[in-house]
Amino acid sequence: MSAATTALPTLTAKDLASDQEVRWCPGCGDYSILAQMKKALATLGIPREKMIFISGIGCSSRFPYYMNTYGFHTIHGRAPTFATGLKVTNPELQVWVITGDGDGLSIGGNHLIHAIRRNVDMKIVLFNNEIYGLTKGQYSPTSRIGTRTKSSPQGSIDNPLRPLSLAIGAEATFVARTIDVDINHLTEVLRRASAHKGAAFIEIYQNCKIFNDDVFQYATDKSIKADNTLHLEHGKPLIFGKDRNKGIRLHGLDPEVVNLGSGISVDDLLIHDERAEEPSLAYLLSRMVYPRFPECVGIFRAVQRPTYDEVLNKQIEEVRRAKGPGKLEDLFASDDIWVVE
Amino acid sequence: MTVSNPALERKNPQHQLEELDAVTIRFAGDSGDGMQLAGTQFTNASAILGNDISTLPDFPAEIRAPAGTLAGVSGFQVHFSKYDIHTPGDRLNTLVAMNPAALKTNLKDLEPGGILIVNSDAFTTADLHKAGYKNNPLEDGSLKGYKIYHIPINKLNREAVSQVKLSPREADRCKNFFALGLVYWLYERPLEPTLRWIRDKFAKNPAVLEANTRTLKAGYNYGETTETIAVHYKVPKAEIKPGRYRKITGNEALAMGLVTATQLANIPLVYASYPITPASDILHHLSELKRFGVRTLQAEDEIAAIGMAIGASFGGAMGVTATSGPGVCLKSEAIGLAVMTELPCLIVDVQRGGPSTGLPTKTEQADLLQAMFGRNGECPVAIVAPCSPADCFNMTFEAIRLAISFMTPVFLLSDGYLANGAEPWLIPNVANLPKIKIRHPAAPESNGNGTGEFMPYQRDERLVRQWAIPGTPGLEHRIGGLEKEDVTGNVSYDPINHEHMVKTRAQKIANIANDIPELTVTGPQEGDLLVIGWGGTYGAITTAVQRAQRKGYKVAATHLRYLNPMPKNTAAILKRYKKILVPELNSGQLRLLLRSYFLVDALGLNKIQGRPFLVSEIEEKIAQMLS
Repeated sequence: MSAATTALPTLTAKDLASDQEVRWCPGCGDYSILAQMKKALATLGIPREKMIFISGIGCSSRFPYYMNTYGFHTIHGRAPTFATGLKVTNPELQVWVITGDGDGLSIGGNHLIHAIRRNVDMKIVLFNNEIYGLTKGQYSPTSRIGTRTKSSPQGSIDNPLRPLSLAIGAEATFVARTIDVDINHLTEVLRRASAHKGAAFIEIYQNCKIFNDDVFQYATDKSIKADNTLHLEHGKPLIFGKDRNKGIRLHGLDPEVVNLGSGISVDDLLIHDERAEEPSLAYLLSRMVYPRFPECVGIFRAVQRPTYDEVLNKQIEEVRRAKGPGKLEDLFASDDIWVVE
Repeated sequence: MTVSNPALERKNPQHQLEELDAVTIRFAGDSGDGMQLAGTQFTNASAILGNDISTLPDFPAEIRAPAGTLAGVSGFQVHFSKYDIHTPGDRLNTLVAMNPAALKTNLKDLEPGGILIVNSDAFTTADLHKAGYKNNPLEDGSLKGYKIYHIPINKLNREAVSQVKLSPREADRCKNFFALGLVYWLYERPLEPTLRWIRDKFAKNPAVLEANTRTLKAGYNYGETTETIAVHYKVPKAEIKPGRYRKITGNEALAMGLVTATQLANIPLVYASYPITPASDILHHLSELKRFGVRTLQAEDEIAAIGMAIGASFGGAMGVTATSGPGVCLKSEAIGLAVMTELPCLIVDVQRGGPSTGLPTKTEQADLLQAMFGRNGECPVAIVAPCSPADCFNMTFEAIRLAISFMTPVFLLSDGYLANGAEPWLIPNVANLPKIKIRHPAAPESNGNGTGEFMPYQRDERLVRQWAIPGTPGLEHRIGGLEKEDVTGNVSYDPINHEHMVKTRAQKIANIANDIPELTVTGPQEGDLLVIGWGGTYGAITTAVQRAQRKGYKVAATHLRYLNPMPKNTAAILKRYKKILVPELNSGQLRLLLRSYFLVDALGLNKIQGRPFLVSEIEEKIAQMLS
């Protein structure tokens, strides 16, 4: 797309809605994500036909059916693989992968880490509701220890994965977290992800009204969320709290919560740097978990690295430039030839 | 081409030269002895000389099993002749055994009175022990039924390369070329193709280049100047169809078929695979062909590989993945998605011995029913199977044509025997190859439903839907694995629609029968016995049936290269014979299909040993059925 020479397509959120009836449960966090996605994408100047949503299996993975863009509802956990094949074929497309905690981290964990480490230019949005919703409420790879579900009546015993820690460990170039009900923040994070070139990984805290209601209440309830979440801003100190009087300081290699005043000033606090080459800070932030810490939202990491699709296609161009395009006659004759008269 | 061979010009008058019609030779040694290389070079030299050739590499799954053990023996068999041949040969006329283990595992295949060349230096107490010999077979008289030549190959090789600066280890690694040189003399092969290969291969390593050159010539001259071997042989050129030829393996032919078909269809080729024996060579070949715009992806696993291929196909490329049986298991769910979304996709299964990890380096044809039925639900795909290494080119071309033309995943069933085996290939004229037509819709009205709205599951008279690719304005649509409403492609749980769609998907595949060639029969058009096969057994079946015909039996052969659907005249042909024999390297999978589709009393000849049929095995069965 060349934005410089052609007028930007003007879209509204409505233009991005398909004619299919949305069938999530009433009160599901997915509604908000769908609405903010349409809102965010409508403003970007990307034509509808250049966008594609690819999903796996689960409640979140019905998402593509509701967008009036190209869409592919694939199989459980494998969406990043289809997205990789498509992106390599047509690098002009903006490819979104929609997944959930079961789809992306359990059955699809392998593809997730490999798509991220290759830095394929795709936006991976993981709806984390810490539960299997579509199969009616089993604990998931992000459920906290002790989560009581139909499959864990005495409480789950599996240690949960932290999606962002995993993504950072897989060398992600863009890592962010946001919350379904925090609509402005959500829209902004989606816009940032859209602008990133490379694999962008976004975790969205998403409420499952039916099977895991209010699991993120500490981060969404207006009366307490300011004390339990920390909004990351590049170049700014890590401050949080209703009265903005608390911060995060480094103690050795560990973060600690400190109260400002009484000898501790803003200068003592960690400064957020989303562009740090080394992912150590982003990783440290991804490990901060309620109730010991406020949980960070915002952009953890945004760095540039060549993308897989770009380099793969560049290798082809380089060979063609050096040797010229292939000719079948030469290919057939690429070994000793003999002639029978 | 003319091949000059200075060594041939100074003939030793003491040697007799005999002419033979055909020879089967096997090079056998430790996996580290370079037997595959020696065999390949011998094959090239024979092909260039104008013989017809057919080869059978046979190597262990372990890269380097402990040296000198039976498990580590690697062999390469070449059949070369002055007439048309279809198999790598049943019995060996000559065996080259580089150590006791190679002798022990291969001797049973050598014909009585056959030529046995052994590297006598390797028959040490330790190596004899490793091979399980209590006595040295070179000394105990047990080999007296063969024409045996004890050649101290280690010693002669070291002498040949003594002037070149190499470590003792590097020097010893040249010994396969000494043996090769000797066999070149034995069968009057030209050295030049191998010398040229050495020059190219070791251009950056002059010492190794020099050493291999010297020892190859030394081996040749050893035969020529000593009187160790009194008789040597020539096998004249074969009478084969005029044209330009090259040697080709099944995997090479397959890679070329992929590139050729996509070039002629004018679409990008996206090839994604996960390393697996015996399919990995296809990835190696294709990753060298970026000049043709081939995009190769080495995926994180088998599932990712097919996911990438299907994603590429959705994007308008030809998505291809190749694997072997264990990989097909992992890809099954994604193949179902490609059936449901009616996207073109090619799945190459280079079959090997199963189940499970099975026999990774040995051949078998036991994935036919897996390809037919190995998915949940009723999930039909097209299936083709090449019948020889060179035919891998043709059937790959066909597989891609059908995938694109019918918007369907297609299985191509190759096998380890075809993949690694080689034969001469008559190089096609590019201008005469068929083009593959593709029409992507460009506007919503293009499927003519009159609504101005694009209907992704609108079908033509063959029941094929259109291939609308992302990026095209106005054709935005969603596909997926949930059942589709016909025409609109919207998700539908309607019971009647589901039954309609299951039947429609099946009928679409059945309609392919209108677009493939009919089955042809070699031999009498009706009679006592029809031998019907599929895949890599073609050579053995054809040869056996021809021999039986010469003995007066009323037997005919036919070979299925299209397995789903089968050619339209299959039923009619089967009904014209009193008896039907189905030789297969499995327990009777095609037989099961033929019996159930056509209600014929087909009998099987089934071999499940990880090795191809011998011609004699099929010949005996024919004789038995007709006596």
